[in-house]
Amino acid sequence: MSTTVTPPPKKVNRIGLEVLNYKGSKTTLCAGCGHNSISERVVEAFYELGVEPWKVAKFSGIGCSSKSPAYFLGQSHGFNSVHGRMPSVATGAMLANRNLIGLGVTGDGDTASIGIGQFMHMVRRNVPLIYIIEDNGVYGLTKGQFSATADVGSTLKTGAANELPPFDCCALALKWGATFVARSFSGDKKQLQILLKAAIAHKGLAVIDVISPCVTFNDHDGSTKSYAYVKDHEEALHELDFVPFYEEISVEIPEGQVRDVELHDGSHLRIRKVGRDFDPTDRLAALSALEEAEAKGEVLTGVLYLNTSKPTFLELLNMVEEPLATLPESRVRPPAAALHEVMEELR
Amino acid sequence: MSTLEVSPLESSSGRPGEPVINDFSIQVATVNGSGSQTANSVLLRALFQMGIPVSGKNMFPSNIAGLPTWFTIRASKDGYIARRKEIDFLVAMNPETAREDVLKLDSGAAVVYDEPLGLKELRSDVHFYPVPFDKLVAPVCPDAKLRKLVRNMIYDGVVAWLLSIEMPEVRKALVKQFGKRKAKAAELNWGAAQAGFDWAARTLTKTDPYIAERMNATAGKVIIDGNSACALGAMFAGVTVVTWYPITPSSSLVESLMGYMKRFRHDPETGKATYAIVQAEDELASIGMALSAGWAGARAMTSTSGPGISLMSEFIGLGYYAELPAVIFDVERVGPSTGLPTRTAQGDLLKNAILSHGDTRHPMLFPSSPGECFSMTGEAFDLAEKFQTPVFVMTDLDLGMNNWMADPFPYPERPIERGKVLTAEDLNRLGGFARYEDVDGDGVGYRTLPGTNHPGAAYFTRGSGHNQKAQYTEREDDYVNNVDRLADKFETIRKHVPRPVVELNPKATIGLVAAGSSDYAVRESADQLRREYDTETSYLRLRAYPFTQELTDFIRRHEKVYVVDQNRDGQLVALMRLEFEAELIARLCSVRYYGGLPLDARTVTDEVVRQEGL
Repeated sequence: MSTTVTPPPKKVNRIGLEVLNYKGSKTTLCAGCGHNSISERVVEAFYELGVEPWKVAKFSGIGCSSKSPAYFLGQSHGFNSVHGRMPSVATGAMLANRNLIGLGVTGDGDTASIGIGQFMHMVRRNVPLIYIIEDNGVYGLTKGQFSATADVGSTLKTGAANELPPFDCCALALKWGATFVARSFSGDKKQLQILLKAAIAHKGLAVIDVISPCVTFNDHDGSTKSYAYVKDHEEALHELDFVPFYEEISVEIPEGQVRDVELHDGSHLRIRKVGRDFDPTDRLAALSALEEAEAKGEVLTGVLYLNTSKPTFLELLNMVEEPLATLPESRVRPPAAALHEVMEELR
Repeated sequence: MSTLEVSPLESSSGRPGEPVINDFSIQVATVNGSGSQTANSVLLRALFQMGIPVSGKNMFPSNIAGLPTWFTIRASKDGYIARRKEIDFLVAMNPETAREDVLKLDSGAAVVYDEPLGLKELRSDVHFYPVPFDKLVAPVCPDAKLRKLVRNMIYDGVVAWLLSIEMPEVRKALVKQFGKRKAKAAELNWGAAQAGFDWAARTLTKTDPYIAERMNATAGKVIIDGNSACALGAMFAGVTVVTWYPITPSSSLVESLMGYMKRFRHDPETGKATYAIVQAEDELASIGMALSAGWAGARAMTSTSGPGISLMSEFIGLGYYAELPAVIFDVERVGPSTGLPTRTAQGDLLKNAILSHGDTRHPMLFPSSPGECFSMTGEAFDLAEKFQTPVFVMTDLDLGMNNWMADPFPYPERPIERGKVLTAEDLNRLGGFARYEDVDGDGVGYRTLPGTNHPGAAYFTRGSGHNQKAQYTEREDDYVNNVDRLADKFETIRKHVPRPVVELNPKATIGLVAAGSSDYAVRESADQLRREYDTETSYLRLRAYPFTQELTDFIRRHEKVYVVDQNRDGQLVALMRLEFEAELIARLCSVRYYGGLPLDARTVTDEVVRQEGL
């Protein structure tokens, strides 16, 4: 009588994939880099939601942050493009194939300095895309220069202080049309994972500004984007919970304290008030909350704004349902009669 | 009304008193924004409808209203439709330029002018026809606000009478111009044209020799501008993503494409578009979107001019290195910098051939006519997808924005070619793929599209160093192997670009080489050289870069080869010097024109004659 050893069943998600299917190649970023934590959260979020990796397209610009798409979702197409121009690259691919789940990863140099123009126009268009800003206030790859999100007074390792005011990418996104605006901290695993899941479920542009300390160039006492500073000054707006569309909503919502927002795919984002009374559908309130926090030197995290009714750029273009990329010739080359008709008009 | 007193003049062309039939140029000098475009198009069309070969060149300022504009119509029984330097028939409507315009004329020319300008005193060797436009327009156009526009139609009537242009053809052209929806405007303008004609018939005595006479050289032909032809080419090539940023002289390419796509590219049942046209925030974004749409599998294009190309340079290097298909229309204008935005040139050749930093090479197609704008646009899309690289369609303001006679475009016969794209089924069969592996020995790898339902479909596209599997690398051998393969790919492209048109003349020892819109002037120049200097020439018209064997053979066959360039530095000949051996380079001579106007034959002839010592 022989005995067979049955290996323990592999842990899989609802579409039968292991977490390995969502991983990428080994990171080449510094040990302890906030960006690596974000990559881990991306892997978890897509795995746990059971998104088919082949449906995702990853986009990035140039910089440490933009390298990171190689380190997650290895079964998704990736496009590491040019500095500051990722929004146009993501937009073009989404035009070609509206069924893709677009995931953009950039840094503060990419988004707030060289690429602020493209960032603003992407926001204005409400391109359906998850847009993560891995924000450390510093240029890492070129060894430690200020970016446009560095706070006034924050210093470089050399002691040089920044005297110019920072761009607040969340405020910009809020003002000009993004339909999902959030801020988080790379060290806040639970919050970031929930925000990513909600962003995946959201239909329009989801901008998530993640404070992600640079351990090599900007994790010192004078930095406002260091682990220590953010841990001391983070103020979570609320506690978040996410119920995916495939899970039954069983828990009753306690009155008053919780807002339950249904997202486009039927998921629910539950927003539990902690400190201040905050309505994430009120754009003006979000803007003033950001202003107040900035004045106090606080880092406000959580969902700042959510709008589930505004049409996306792709919807406004009135395109056919199928991806343009794979329409057959019969649908993209008009018949000979059409050419004949035009030629007759020109005689 | 004034009576005309003109001393009998002799014509400079033809014998005294003998009419000059269907061989003249008309220049209308007006003010930008005065609405003369309609009147000029009607004149052009009326001649065309009479069967006379014509061309129209609009020389306009970079301004919305107020600066001088000249529209030149050339009628040529011999079919010469390049710009002609000499003006035979001037319509002087612009007080600012009238004196200079008249003084520039050759002896024997004719001038229709607005009477108050008092041009008659300027010289005695041209035929003057003063016309009291304000007096004539008032009765036919009660609305004073419209008179500025409608008075232009009066010169159409006067010119029609003077040149014997048939009024029913003027009416037909007018109705066509306004379309059915603007019937009222057409009638108002027709009234003005008739008033001009009747007044001229009653008042003027014709003394100049120029006459339009019906012939049959335009039957079946159409009139179209190159930009519209490119737009049609793109639509019938199955373009799906169009991104652009407005810039003269390319804007009308996408604008006419919008019109065509709206008519012919919406699903008949759902009304949904089988395309996306996006006006980007700048050229950086428009090329970024186009290349990425190409990456994701769309047939993608953008359209611009020199300044836009300069901005796109970084992205186009990415397109070359990461191997992304897109078609880029470059409707060239005069540079450098802002240059002369509304004047024509072929000044982007050298730049585009090697656009962006590092070692790059890009294919360029050179259509010379609306027919080729249409057909070569289709070829450009196929080349871009087959070879996974940006492809330029090089036209210029003259070809793109001016109206040209053309044979109706034949419907594309060949199916669309989408290149080496692996599907999920292919991947199941193959077991996997390496994106940049030269499997077929032609330098072209296989690609997959994002959204392909297969765990092995994904690869990582990057502008940084990459190996065959598209993985990041900084290794010397990986880098060298990859860029060498790209060079091999360019050699494959060389075998697939449109071949040149070669017209060998066994008696010729000199050859002419030109590309794009230079064709018309160069052909006419060859006739001038034969007729006036007893000099035979062969001709090679380039239709693409990289150059092909035909060009090498052509240079070898001739003692001297004149390469015609519409730029200061001889960019086309410079590209040849980069490729050829010294013995061939020694045979190359350069003919250059860079004044911003469409090339004319006399400029080419004079330069060849000077260099040949004829």
